[in-house]
Amino acid sequence: MFRVILTLLTSIKNPGKIKTILFSILLILITIPNLNGQENEVESSNIATSKIVASILSAPTDVSAKDTDNDKGQSITINWTLSADDKDGGAVSGYKIYRAVEGSNEFVEVGNESEGTTKSTDNKTTDGVSYIYRVDSYQILLDSVGNKSFVTSASVASSPVKSSAQWFNFNRGYCLIFVLFVSGAIIYYIRKASAGGEIYVRKLGGIDAVDEAVGRATEMGKKVFFIPGIQDMNNVQTIAGIAILGRVAQKAAEYGTWLEVPVSKSLVMVTARETMKEAYTAVGRPDAFNEAQVHFLTDDQFGYAAAIDGMVVREKPATIFYMGAFFAESLILAETGNAAGAIQIAGTAMPSQLPFFVAACDYTLIGEELFAASAYLSGEPRQLGSLKGQDIGKALFLVAIIVGIIMESFGWTIGGHNLSAIFKVN
Amino acid sequence: MRREIPLIITTVTGLVFAISYFIPHMPFGNSENIFGEWISIVQAFAIWLGVLNLVKVSIDKILSKKGDAYYSYIVIISLGIMLIVGFWDGLSGLYADPPYPVIDDSTSFYWIFKNIYTPLTSTMFAMLAFFVASASYRAFRARNFQATLLLIAGFFVMGGRVPLFDLMISGITDVPVFSHFADWIMTYPNTAGQRAIMIGIALGIMSSSLRIILGIERSHIGGKS
Repeated sequence: MFRVILTLLTSIKNPGKIKTILFSILLILITIPNLNGQENEVESSNIATSKIVASILSAPTDVSAKDTDNDKGQSITINWTLSADDKDGGAVSGYKIYRAVEGSNEFVEVGNESEGTTKSTDNKTTDGVSYIYRVDSYQILLDSVGNKSFVTSASVASSPVKSSAQWFNFNRGYCLIFVLFVSGAIIYYIRKASAGGEIYVRKLGGIDAVDEAVGRATEMGKKVFFIPGIQDMNNVQTIAGIAILGRVAQKAAEYGTWLEVPVSKSLVMVTARETMKEAYTAVGRPDAFNEAQVHFLTDDQFGYAAAIDGMVVREKPATIFYMGAFFAESLILAETGNAAGAIQIAGTAMPSQLPFFVAACDYTLIGEELFAASAYLSGEPRQLGSLKGQDIGKALFLVAIIVGIIMESFGWTIGGHNLSAIFKVN
Repeated sequence: MRREIPLIITTVTGLVFAISYFIPHMPFGNSENIFGEWISIVQAFAIWLGVLNLVKVSIDKILSKKGDAYYSYIVIISLGIMLIVGFWDGLSGLYADPPYPVIDDSTSFYWIFKNIYTPLTSTMFAMLAFFVASASYRAFRARNFQATLLLIAGFFVMGGRVPLFDLMISGITDVPVFSHFADWIMTYPNTAGQRAIMIGIALGIMSSSLRIILGIERSHIGGKS
C-alpha cells in the first residue's frame, strides 16, 4: 500500500497524469478494509468494462437465517440489517443472497433483492441439511459508455440453520376456528333435522319455478335444455349444477319431456349421464332415458357457446337451465335463449356473470342459492338442516362486519393491532 | 359397493384437502399438487370420451338425414382435417432437423388455428357487445324502484366512464364529477354488494362440501340423497 501511496504523491506533481491519479485512488479504495472488517471487491460483469469508478460500500449486518414459519418445508427466511450505505441517494443498488452447506464454504447465489429490503426467502432448500447464508450489498457502476461493473461487500455468514415442515399453519388459526364453528353448526342442524326438528327455509323463486318450467315444455311439446357451465367436475359449481340436474331430470322423466344436456367436458358428460339415469330410474322410467340426451360439444368456450346458440335457434326449446360456472359466454347464451322465447332459469356463483343472467333470464339463483338449490329441491330434512347451519355462519359474519366497522371507524385496536392485521389469512 | 366406493373416495379426498389447508407437513402438504396432477391426467384421457361421443352423435344425425344434418358434415370434416393436418405437421416436425413443434409459424396446423379458429372465436366474443346492449335495454327500463335505481346508477357509471359527460360540465367546474361519482359507485356500493355475494358463496360452498363429504348429497355420483 505504501508503494501505491508513493505513486500517488509522485503523480500529483505532474498534472498531466490524471489517469494515473484516478487509477491510484481506485487501488487504494479497493485495498482499504471497510469499517466492518469486510473486503470490498470489484467484479466485472460479462459486459466489457473499459473504465471503473469505485466506491466504498458497507456490508449488511446482523444476518440471520431461520426456518420459514408455517410452511411445508424446503424454505429458509434470511433477515439482515440494511447496509449503512442503503439510504436515499445511497450507493447500494441491492443485495445478493448466497448459501453454502455448513462446513463447505462454497457459496452459491440463491436470491437477489432490491435496495431497502431486509428479508429474503430461499425456497430451494433440502429439509434436514444445515446451511449458512451470506448477504452481499452491491452497487452497479456505469462508465461513460454504459458498461456495467459491480462493487460488492460481503457480510459475515449467518449461524447454521435447517429447513423443516411444520405440523400446523398458525396463520390460519382463526380460519380453522371459524370453519369448525360453522361446520359444527351445520352438522348440529343436520342432526336436529334428522331427529325431526322443524327447519324453515325461505322460498327460492327460481327453484319453485322448475315444475312450471318443465311443465311448460311438456305442454308445448318442446325440449328442455340444461347447460351445466364450462368447468369440469373438480369445480364445486359444476357439482352443484349436476345435483340440480338430478332433480330436473326426475321432473322431466315424470312429465315425459325430452331433457337435453349439451356439455363441454367429458367427465361432466359421464357424470351427467349417471345422474340422469339414476333420476329416471328413481321415478320408475329407466326405459325413457336415452344416452344421446347428454352429449359432448367442445371444450372450447366460444365454440361451446356457438354450438348451443345454434341448437337454441334451430330447436327453440321451451325451457333452458343454466346451472354451474359461466364466464363471458353467459350473456351470449342467455340472450339467445331469451330471443328464442324460452323460459330461462340460471344459477351461478360467478359474481361478474350474475348481472347478465339477472338481465336476460326469468329467474336467477344468486351465489349461495345455487348450492342451496339441490337441498331445497330434495326437501330432505338433513339437507335442509345444512342450510340452517349455513345461516349461523352468515350471522357470525354479520356480527364480525358490524364489530369491524365500529372498530375501524373509531380507530380501536386489540393489543395495538387492528382487526384486519389480526385476522389476515396467509 | 357401486355407491359406497365413490362415497369413500369422495369423503377421504375431501377431508385430506380440508386438512392440508391447515397442516403443511407431509403427507398433507403436497396433496393439492398430487391430486391436481391426477385430475389433469384423468381429464386428458377423458377427452377421448368426448371426441368419440361427438363423432357418434354427428354420424347418427347424418344417417338420420334430418334437415340440419349438414352441420354434422361440417363437424366431421373439420375434425378430420384438423386430425390429419395435426398428425402430419406433428410428425414432420418431430423428424425434421432441427425439430420444430406443431404450434409453429411454418405449420399448416398453426395457420388454420391462427386464420380460421381464432377469428371465429373472436367473432363469437365480439357478439357480446351487441348482447350487452340488448340486455341493458331491457334491464334499464324503470319498471319499479329497484330498476329505477339501477337505471340511475347505470347512467352515472356509463357517463363517468366516457370523457364526454365531464367535458359537458367543464364550463361549470373543473372537477370531473361524473368520473368521481362513477368511481365511488364502483368502489363502495358495488364492492360491498359483491362481497356480500362472495360471503354467501363461501358459506354455500362450505355447506355443500360438508353434505358431499358426509355423504348426504349424492346426486353428483348418480345416487339418491
